[in-house]
Amino acid sequence: MALPTLVTEHWYDLRDLSNLSREILEGADKILPHGIVYVLAALIGFVASFLIFVLPSQLIVGVYGERKLIGRMQSRYGPNRVGPFGLLQPIADAIKLMQKEALTPKGADRAVMYLAPIIFVAPAVLLFAVIPFGPKMILADINPALLYFLAVSSLPVLAAFMAGWSANNKYSLFGAMRIVAMSISYEVPLVLALLGVVLFTGTTSLQEMVLWQKHFDIWIVFLQPLALAIYFIAVSAELNRTPTDIAEAESEIVAGYLTEYSGMKWGLFYGMDIGYALAASAFAATVFLGGWSMFGLDKWVPPWMIIIGKTHLFYFVFIWTRGTLPRLRIDQLMAFAWKFMLPVALLNLVLVATERMLWVEQELDDSYLYIFAVVNIWAALGAIWAWSRFLGYRPERNPVRARLVNEAGGYVPVPEAAKGGK
Amino acid sequence: MSFYDSWSAIMVAVIAGFILVGTALIATRLLAPFARERGKAVSYECGMLPIGRNWAQVHVRYYLIAILFLIFDVETVFIFPWAVTFIDLPMFVFYEMLVFIGVLVLGLAYAWRRGVLEWR
Repeated sequence: MALPTLVTEHWYDLRDLSNLSREILEGADKILPHGIVYVLAALIGFVASFLIFVLPSQLIVGVYGERKLIGRMQSRYGPNRVGPFGLLQPIADAIKLMQKEALTPKGADRAVMYLAPIIFVAPAVLLFAVIPFGPKMILADINPALLYFLAVSSLPVLAAFMAGWSANNKYSLFGAMRIVAMSISYEVPLVLALLGVVLFTGTTSLQEMVLWQKHFDIWIVFLQPLALAIYFIAVSAELNRTPTDIAEAESEIVAGYLTEYSGMKWGLFYGMDIGYALAASAFAATVFLGGWSMFGLDKWVPPWMIIIGKTHLFYFVFIWTRGTLPRLRIDQLMAFAWKFMLPVALLNLVLVATERMLWVEQELDDSYLYIFAVVNIWAALGAIWAWSRFLGYRPERNPVRARLVNEAGGYVPVPEAAKGGK
Repeated sequence: MSFYDSWSAIMVAVIAGFILVGTALIATRLLAPFARERGKAVSYECGMLPIGRNWAQVHVRYYLIAILFLIFDVETVFIFPWAVTFIDLPMFVFYEMLVFIGVLVLGLAYAWRRGVLEWR
């Protein structure tokens, strides 16, 4: 598919920042050799994406916004002391962590323990390299971008296992074993869900997926609602976010694989958890929510603003689940991956393959995509309903109020006198 | 965009990632105190002295999960090239993949029945 020609070539056209960098590079090409200009191009792209996206998202939305929102959801204030509205909290945290001693316990494997945070952090930067921020704003437009993303995003599990194994601590080892078991369990439905998307678009390049969604004016989330649900749950399990963070469940195994880490080494793990969550959100926004395209609105609004907005929307849902849902048990999580998500993902795969086959073989026109969307939404609801019935749950009868509260005599409203004093 | 153009960008991202970690670790090396003391080096076990060896034994169920994962991940490796290209290939490729997935579903059902999926 050809790139749309909506973007002009002027360097001051801020809808696509690559024009500016191209202008600089063409100037540089006259004085410098080609090899250096290639590296310079990559460097400019990297610095730009870091300044526009990673840094503000990571510090302001990731650290500050997450704590503030969770505070709001759990009826407390959140950070509000350092700077205006507590905005300088992430910087204060970083300074505090840098000044703390990083301990290494006796008998630990020192080299592996030192390497673990390095291997954990370095791939996080790599993930943003393949996310398209605009028609031409993409750092590395590689063809197998989806496979690349899956491969790189499974590296932190290795780092977490190194961290837990090397620390010479029972809790660390249990956390490491748990995170490996859980991520390999959720990897399978995750990949199967993304296969559904690949089947529809017929490509593994993220830029071409966005162009596909732009061409047909439909987001893949409508065609693949079940895939998005599976992706969201699986990714939140792999990222170790709160409803599924049994690898560092503080009520069971202290802090899991992070038990023996302190100071900046711990801070690197903590900071890059947010980085990975943002990368997963950006990936979901690209694959499922249309990336930088928005039904023609991308002509007027800069495409990179659209994808940043979508990423943060997705990240907000991550925070929301983290703030509201309690932690699940490990046996529940493993059973959910193997008994619920895997069969449903396989079903989704077969359904999508059949639809794609029909679409091409019978030479149906594009309006059939909307029919497929309706069919898939109902199939998703039906599959979830039927399979939970099969496993002995009734999702439609989910109690509105917690059962334990009812058994204890129901919800007792807070008396007015207790509310009064502030 | 040429092949090397894209992958050189990824190379730069690798270097940038290592620089990011390096600055943080160098900063903590410069700013943080490092005082060796025997009490601090004891493994954390909720305030008690550690009992026994610290590399504990781990249940065998993790091993079963790893084997299951191997089976299903190799399966997805086979499905990926099919997913990208099956539309240009003859019809029977589609049916063959259905048979392949069917065999895997049978395998999953067998594992389920034998209780491999139970976490106990």
